[in-house]
Parts: sequence; C-alpha cells; structure tokens
Amino acid sequence: MTNSVVEAPPAQVPDELTPGRSRWHGLRPFLPLVALVVAAIVPYSTVNLPGFFEGPLNSPGTLQLLAICLVFGGLAAGYDLLFGRTGMLSFGHALYFAAGVYGTDVLVTRAGLPLWQAALLAVTGGTILAALLGAVALRTVGIAFAMVTLAFAQVGAIVVARDFKLGSGEGLTGGEEGLPLDVSGLPAALVGVTNTVNLYWLALAYLTLVVFVVHRVSGSPTGRVLAGLRDDERRIGVLGLDPYRFKLVAFTLAGGLATAGGVVYCLIVGGASPHVTSSELTLSLLVMVVLGGPGTRWGPVLGGILYMYLDHRLTAFGSSDAVENLPAFLSHPLSQPLFVLGTVFILAVYFFPGGLTSLKSRLTPLLTALRRR
Amino acid sequence: MSTLVLLTLTGLGVAALYLLVASGLSLVFGLADVLNFAHGLFLGVGAYATWWAADNLPGAGSDGFGFVVAVAFGVLAGTLVAVLVELVLIRPLYSRTIEQVLVTVGLSLAGVALLQATWGADARPFPRPSWTREVTGVLGANVPNAGLLLIVAAAVVLGGLLAFLHWTRYGLVIRAGVENREMVTALGIDVRKAFTLVFAIGGAAAALAGALGGVYFGTVSPGQGGSLLIFAFIVVVIGGMGSVVGSAYAAVAVGLLQQFVNYYGTSGLGDICVVGLLAVVLLLRPQGLAGKVATA
Repeated sequence: MTNSVVEAPPAQVPDELTPGRSRWHGLRPFLPLVALVVAAIVPYSTVNLPGFFEGPLNSPGTLQLLAICLVFGGLAAGYDLLFGRTGMLSFGHALYFAAGVYGTDVLVTRAGLPLWQAALLAVTGGTILAALLGAVALRTVGIAFAMVTLAFAQVGAIVVARDFKLGSGEGLTGGEEGLPLDVSGLPAALVGVTNTVNLYWLALAYLTLVVFVVHRVSGSPTGRVLAGLRDDERRIGVLGLDPYRFKLVAFTLAGGLATAGGVVYCLIVGGASPHVTSSELTLSLLVMVVLGGPGTRWGPVLGGILYMYLDHRLTAFGSSDAVENLPAFLSHPLSQPLFVLGTVFILAVYFFPGGLTSLKSRLTPLLTALRRR
Repeated sequence: MSTLVLLTLTGLGVAALYLLVASGLSLVFGLADVLNFAHGLFLGVGAYATWWAADNLPGAGSDGFGFVVAVAFGVLAGTLVAVLVELVLIRPLYSRTIEQVLVTVGLSLAGVALLQATWGADARPFPRPSWTREVTGVLGANVPNAGLLLIVAAAVVLGGLLAFLHWTRYGLVIRAGVENREMVTALGIDVRKAFTLVFAIGGAAAALAGALGGVYFGTVSPGQGGSLLIFAFIVVVIGGMGSVVGSAYAAVAVGLLQQFVNYYGTSGLGDICVVGLLAVVLLLRPQGLAGKVATA
C-alpha cells in the first residue's frame, strides 16, 4: 500500500516571513523575466568560455547544444507535471517525445507536408495517443502503472526499429539509421548552420511555454487536486472527485507538451534517430527531475538543462588528456557520461532528496553557523 | 508439422529465458515492492563473468565440465552483486519504495555504462560448448540444442524454486511476506533477511539467464539485459506480481505468442501483440493471471 506514496516537498517558508536580506529582495519575482531576457540575448554575445563551450557563445555548435539543453529543460518540466506534481511514475514519456520527433520527420520527409501542418498533426496525434494509452494505463496504479507505460513505450521503439514499409519502397522510419529531415520544404529561416540562432529562440520559446503552462496548471484548482492525488489519492476520492479523470488530464497534457518538444528537437538536430524512443530517455528524464528537485517550479528545468549539458560535455571531458592520463580503472568509467551521471543520481537520491533546489535550504544553516564564528 | 514443433520449442526456449529473469523480479516485487531496474545489470554481470571465466579462470573452459564451472562462476558473481546491491543500496531506504526504484534506475544506467567502459560497447563472441551449436531432431523438426538447454534449465530452476518456497521455513516466510508483510513482521520475524534472500535468488536466476542467453544468442553485449528486462516486466505484470507460477504461465504465453506471430505475420508484429496481450489482461483482470490484487 506504500508504493504510490511520494515524499511531499518540504514546506516552503512564505517569502514575507524570511527577513529581507538585501535590496535585491524586491527584485526576486522578476528574476525569471531577467533570466529569459538574458537567455534571449545570449546569441548576440561573442564571449568565449573556454572549458565550458567549444566556441564562442554565438557559434552554431554552442547554440545548438544550448538549444538541446533548453528543450530538455522543458521536457523535464513537463515530465514533472506527472512525477513531481501528481505522483505518477511513468516510464513511457519517451514515446510522446518520439511521436513528436518521428511524426514531424515522417510527415515532412515522407508525406511532403509543409512544416506547420506536420507540426500541428504531430502534436494533435501525440496528444490523442497520450489520451488513449493513458486511459488504458491508468487502470493500474503505482508500480504496475510504471511497467505498463514502459511496455507501451517499448512498442514505439519496436515500431521505429523494425522500419515498417507502407506499400512498396523505403521504410517509414529509417530503422536503425534514423531518418534525416528533408529540409527542402522547410521555411528558409529554420534551415542551415547560420540560422541555428532561430532554432535556439524556438527552443527558448518552447521552454517558456512549458514553464508557463505547468505553472498555470499547478496554480489552478485542477493543480491543487493533482497535488492532493500525489499526497493521498483516497482522500480525493472521498471528497467526491474522480482521481482517474484528473490523472488522465495530467497525463494527456504532459504527453502533448512532450510531443511539442519532439517537434522542436526534430528541427534542431535535423532528423530523427531511434535513441529518442528508448526507455533510457525516459529514465534520464526521471534523473533530470530528481536531480533538479521534483515538484518545484525551476528544479526540473535546471536539472534538464544541466543533465543534457553534462551528457554532452562529459564525452569531451572523458576523452581529454587529463582523464586519459589517469590509470585505466579510473579513466574508462569516467569516459562514460552515463556512469558519472548515474552515480551522481544515486548519491543525490541518498543525500539530496530535494534535488538542486533544496541545496539552498540545506546550505543556509551551514553558512550561518560558519558566519557566526 | 515440423514447423509447428520448431516454433513451439523455440517459443518455449524464449519463454524459459523470460521466466529466469521474471521469477526473481516477481518475488522481489511481491515481497519488497521494489521494481528492480538493476535486474538487467545482474544478468549482464552473469553473462560477462561467465565469458571472463571461460578464458581466465583455471579449471573453467568453454566445453564440458569447464563450461559448468564457468557458468557456476557467473551465477556466483551475479548472486554476490545482487546481495551487495540489496545490503548497501536498497536496505537503507527500507519502505521508501519510490527512492528504491530511483536507486535501481541509477544503478542500471551506471552499471551498464561500467560494463561498457570495461569491455566495450560491441558484442563479444560467447564461449559455448560445441554441442549447443548443433540441432536435435524432435518429431521431424531440427531444434537448436541451446534452446533445449534453456528449457531444461528453466524447468529445473522453476521446480527448485517452488520446492524451496513450499517445503522450507524460509520459503514459508517469503510466501507469507508476499501475502502480508506487516503481519510477518508483527510475528517477530525479520522480513529484511528474506529481502536479501530473495535478491540473492533473483540475482542467481538472472545471472543464469545471462550465461545461458549468451549461449543461445552466441554473443554478449552490455545492453542485452535491458531489452530482455522489458519483456520480463511484461511477463511479471501478466502473471501477477509476486507469483512465480503465474510468471511461468505468462512467460510461456508471451514466448509462444511472440514466436508464432513473428513467423506467420511480419517480423516485429509478435512483440507488438505481446503488448496488446498485456493491455487486454490489464483491462479484463488488472491483478494479473494469478496475482494478489495489484493495488497501490
């Protein structure tokens, strides 16, 4: 009876009760806006951050990496709507993301539709898919629900890998090799290395949209019911509300948001590859949310951005000289980003259950104790 | 007729592989409520330890008695890893199931990456006795011996496990714990010892599946456990969590369905039918074929 219990995040101390620390205190509500503006003007900067990025901030490579990070920040925030805010442990979120990626790619490349139609169809299809599969999967709860969503996502992976053929000719999804996006029908502003900056802004817009939607939903009466479901599902039932319907709404919404993320991701990387359907992608979403702090507004976003950044940069770090010169038993594991991230994740589950966002509340007593000396 | 026999026996061979993985998963889930994503890691450890032992361990080899020694070493390694994981990582999080699942998720990511770092991402040829490459004639069909070996091994493991669960005191504690853990604790029995035992059994069965799966597929690779694990999950859900017998029925159903549909339909359709079967079972009988009601 215990496995649907999710630890509630620690009670927040209302802002007005904490003493105003500085004159910046009044600016806190505007910080997200400031961050958004800074993120929006990053492409105009030519600052070089050696060690953090390969080239200057406005180089296409760096911008693409940042765009991928932003998309995954948004994905993690959408996944948190399920895991952190409703307490549903879904292992099939990759399916809806992949529906966006492959839906757009197949509709543009194989069916020759214009991008806006393809994107619209993909998002609608992904949302309907989430509603249908959610309707079946939500008949189970807890761990069984996790297994069922995992199985559904596996079907997606099989369909993509087997490369089913429609009629004669080439397969639909390109199988193991993936399907590069046919750019000839795309708007010119989204094609080519020089236009990477537009894709970056697109990714930023997606992240903003997801954060806005998740914020509005969790603040609404529906959001309060979802939080209630996370804390005690039976009580919601006793209050006369139908848990099944509310969970289905959250599942469908999160699925739709993930599909939209897939559309953006497909444009950024210029195609689809089968790894987006793998269960590992869902597992890494879970890692992002837990590392960032489930059920918080910014934790999952930060977790997603940081995870993707580390996943990309640790590969370069692992092949750098500093690591190569270590003895083999250290350098081999360190060259595997997943080993490092998996270990960090396990440590985080033990020592920082609230994720990154709880670091502040954990460090404050320590700092005040140090300052008193 | 011979096609039918061949398909049935290969289906049963796959079912045997699923059963070896699923029996441990099912017991661990039934008793401790832990969905163990690290089970694929135990399988990988068993496979790689067998592969390593066949070349490096004195007395072990790829043929005859040496191969038995190598497999025994692999099973021992899998069991040790499983016990260590339970003692070091799972036990401190007692009764915090979501955290336990998260830890096994992290472990599956890190463990597979570690295997990959040590032995590379590519598949390695697995040492197998020469007789497993041959075929045996059964009712006019030429059945690969490796598949028959899997069926025999799974049958022996299933029989041993059921005998253990039904005729020993520890088995009684495990069965009682699956039914009602609080009551067993209230009677003054330390259920956590049973957790370790169940992890050890599950790890041993998974490691055996890894070693024999290596013989069956002819290669060993770090990601092998992951794809088997998903079907093992499906088998566990269809069979009913916590029931070994239910898992056995479900494994046979899944293995046969997969083989027959893959042969008579398009390749890959069988895997999808298996998930369809899962959906049907969930809609008609959410607690699985033979399980306790899988609520919460």
